[in-house]
Amino acid sequence: MGYRRRPSPLHAARAAVGGGLCVALALVALLYDHPLVLAAALLAGCGAASLAGVGPELRRALLFALPFTLLIALVNPLVSREGLTVVARLGEVPWFGRLDVTLEAAVYGGILGLRALALIVAFALFTLVVDPDELLRLFRRVSFRSALTVTLATRMVPVLQRDGQRIADAQRCRPGRAPSRLTLVRAVAGGALDRAVEVAAALEVRGYGAAAGGGAAGRGGQAGAGRVARARGGRAARRHARPWSRHDVAFAAVALALAALAVGGRLAGAAPFACYPLLDGDWGPATFAFAAAVALLPLLPFLDRRGLA
Amino acid sequence: MSALANPSVLHLEHVTYTYPGAARPALDDVSLTVCDGQFVVLAGRSGGGKSTLLRAGSGLVPHFHGGEVSGELLVGGLDVRHHGPGDLAAVVGTLFQDPETQVVMGTVRSELAFPLENRGESPAAVARGVEEAALALGVAHLLDRPTHELSGGELQRVALGAALAGRPRLVLLDEPTSQLDPVAGDELIGLLRRLNEEWGTTIVLAEHRLERCLSAADRVVALADGRIACDGPPRDFLAWAAEAAPALETPGARLLARAGLAPPPVGVKQARATLRAAGALPDPDAPPPADLPSPATDPAQKMLFPPTRGGAPGESSPPAPPRGPLGRLRADRAGNAALRFKRLWSEPSERPAVLRAVDLRIAPGERVALMGRNGAGKSTLLRHAAGLQQPTRGSVEASGRVALLLQNPNDYLVHERVDEEASAAALEAAGLAALADRHPRDLSGGERQRLALAIVLDSEQPPAVLCLDEPTRGMDRAHKADLAVLLGRLAATGTALLVATHDPEFAAAFAQRVVLLGDGRPIADGPAAEVLAGGWYFATETARILGGAGGALDPEAGAALVRALVAARAGDAVPPAGAPAAGAAQTPNDPRPTEARP
Repeated sequence: MGYRRRPSPLHAARAAVGGGLCVALALVALLYDHPLVLAAALLAGCGAASLAGVGPELRRALLFALPFTLLIALVNPLVSREGLTVVARLGEVPWFGRLDVTLEAAVYGGILGLRALALIVAFALFTLVVDPDELLRLFRRVSFRSALTVTLATRMVPVLQRDGQRIADAQRCRPGRAPSRLTLVRAVAGGALDRAVEVAAALEVRGYGAAAGGGAAGRGGQAGAGRVARARGGRAARRHARPWSRHDVAFAAVALALAALAVGGRLAGAAPFACYPLLDGDWGPATFAFAAAVALLPLLPFLDRRGLA
Repeated sequence: MSALANPSVLHLEHVTYTYPGAARPALDDVSLTVCDGQFVVLAGRSGGGKSTLLRAGSGLVPHFHGGEVSGELLVGGLDVRHHGPGDLAAVVGTLFQDPETQVVMGTVRSELAFPLENRGESPAAVARGVEEAALALGVAHLLDRPTHELSGGELQRVALGAALAGRPRLVLLDEPTSQLDPVAGDELIGLLRRLNEEWGTTIVLAEHRLERCLSAADRVVALADGRIACDGPPRDFLAWAAEAAPALETPGARLLARAGLAPPPVGVKQARATLRAAGALPDPDAPPPADLPSPATDPAQKMLFPPTRGGAPGESSPPAPPRGPLGRLRADRAGNAALRFKRLWSEPSERPAVLRAVDLRIAPGERVALMGRNGAGKSTLLRHAAGLQQPTRGSVEASGRVALLLQNPNDYLVHERVDEEASAAALEAAGLAALADRHPRDLSGGERQRLALAIVLDSEQPPAVLCLDEPTRGMDRAHKADLAVLLGRLAATGTALLVATHDPEFAAAFAQRVVLLGDGRPIADGPAAEVLAGGWYFATETARILGGAGGALDPEAGAALVRALVAARAGDAVPPAGAPAAGAAQTPNDPRPTEARP
């Protein structure tokens, strides 16, 4: 699972805006306990993924996430001592003592699972639609080295995974007894270090030394030259700011509106829901309207598909 | 030379460089000037100093690798002692062997933009640089693709694009085609030639397969033991190689030299012109002369790239593989297959099928080369043979153990000492007994390859089948010859060999039979002389020069054919090897007397 440019309005939006929408969805999932609102956030994330053309990838991510969320939902009623409506008495259980499963704890488990699922969808959407290079380019202005380190780590994870797989395959080709795990770990680590040296050499010849103004290539007064180059680049970047497209504007407006709705609604006490000691929530039209807004708002910019290949 | 009037872009004056801890210098008193706009090929055996020279040109030596350096080294007027790779990146672009470790960003667009951003270019200049580099290299359609999804050839193009994005004056390339199939390799060399001609970019290219790039070069610099052994135009280099370093001679040059023709050709076109002028260009459709000596019995063959097809008469023409359902049924009934793929399908989930109903049968002791483009399914087929992958349909049957040597020998080396990796007997057989107490990673590339081979063969019973995946990557011709001999010995013990390779010369040297894979299924399967002589990309240089005439694959067989043809036309007996062909006039620019020619 990873970013791949596709002809969708969300992919056409700049990374900061796409990331902002995902953050706003995650914010809704974190601020609200109401299952209707959580379901709306989940629906919005899935809908956005589907309209952005990354539905199959999201489905695969959900297949991995579902057992985890089910576990959360099932464990909570067993470990929680809160709630007044007992629905099952399991008696004395070693280590746990007396276990009474309450309706409230079961519902809260479900809410926790739903929240985890909504957060996973928001994160998966972020991974699938936000260009990591563009996002990291934004952070480079703050810290070039850190941003580059993150980029390399992201890039090298699949490379090292393949290295590890190759070494494992090679060991399967050995006749006789296989080497110990420790030996293999040492070999994989050694291979990763070799890779790191080669990547470092590639970075040097791409001029990274000049930009970072230090490192092995930083001798002989290069640090100053690097700082000048970086400052020049920064000024130039400000001069030649990328114009905002219709998709940038639409998704930025929606992300801001969703974040404002989430925070404002929370402060105003919209969509209240409490599990303990007894289930207590609002199921009136206002809550339904709020949930509908959460579910539909992020999908509105997808109506405009002009300018896409 | 007129090029010397141009300003120099790379200048070395008595440069000596020693890696940290090394006993002897990797570059020894090297003086060299490369002028703007030249296309220079670096030749030489492994360990001769080619890569070190390129790394010195990019500033990695000494700034990245450390070590001791003396002499004067200027790149684009910048003194490398005072300017590291970061500074030099504005003048020089560098491309190494392995594209996987040179691509550092997540998408192609970011990768091409990275060097420009490092130089502090404005976003408009970055966008323009990216666009132009992408168009020049034909990767514009890949700009928004994630780099981890690209094939090896695509990655190498993108890495070259990143090296060129800032329009450097000088581009240094270290065996950039070693991991590419012949098609992608030829495309890359053509691309370099176009950049050199149209952009005026100076190219310095280290390459083992010289036949691939000499026709594009203005100049060849041969390095041996860290010193410059030859420096001149390609034709002078070939004349020098014929005398002093036969391992560097191209097959075409060897073919003409063995046929007694001169001058040595730089590429197929020149070789054909020389043959045509001598009236010795065979007609591919005509039957070979009846008195053509058998290549297997020609002792000259043992000199350079010893063909292992030699041996018993007729062995070089193995029985044709069974064709059609009836033929396969008959072969199955014979029941003597060492390895059998039966309607094998490999269909990864959510990706196109890699292998499609592959039917192959390999007899004990048979030597089979598996060829095809990158992604044709060669490696997958070998993995199925060794049981590393399970077929989605069909089956694989083997008469015994199937040993597999994967592409990278380093993947097998996990211990601290050579003698911990394999038994003493296996090391002895691989000629590594003297290195038993060394660390495996301290061995040379060829020694590591032999050690990995010793590891997979290290059992009481020899394997029924030995599969090798691209065993000649980055190997020089001499090491390939050693490997061909080693494989020949193994095959003589009854072990069937199945070798995936992109190298037609190596395939011609060791294989009896060649299977060409395309789109996941065999598209050609037959004796090496038939498959490798009839192709365009998957053909040896000799076969391309002779147009596949007589099924001649190696220079010795080709020269015998040429001599026989000339003799037949002149009504004479076939002259001995090396004697000038009748009607082959000595050209005016060949300074050597006829007797001096090999």
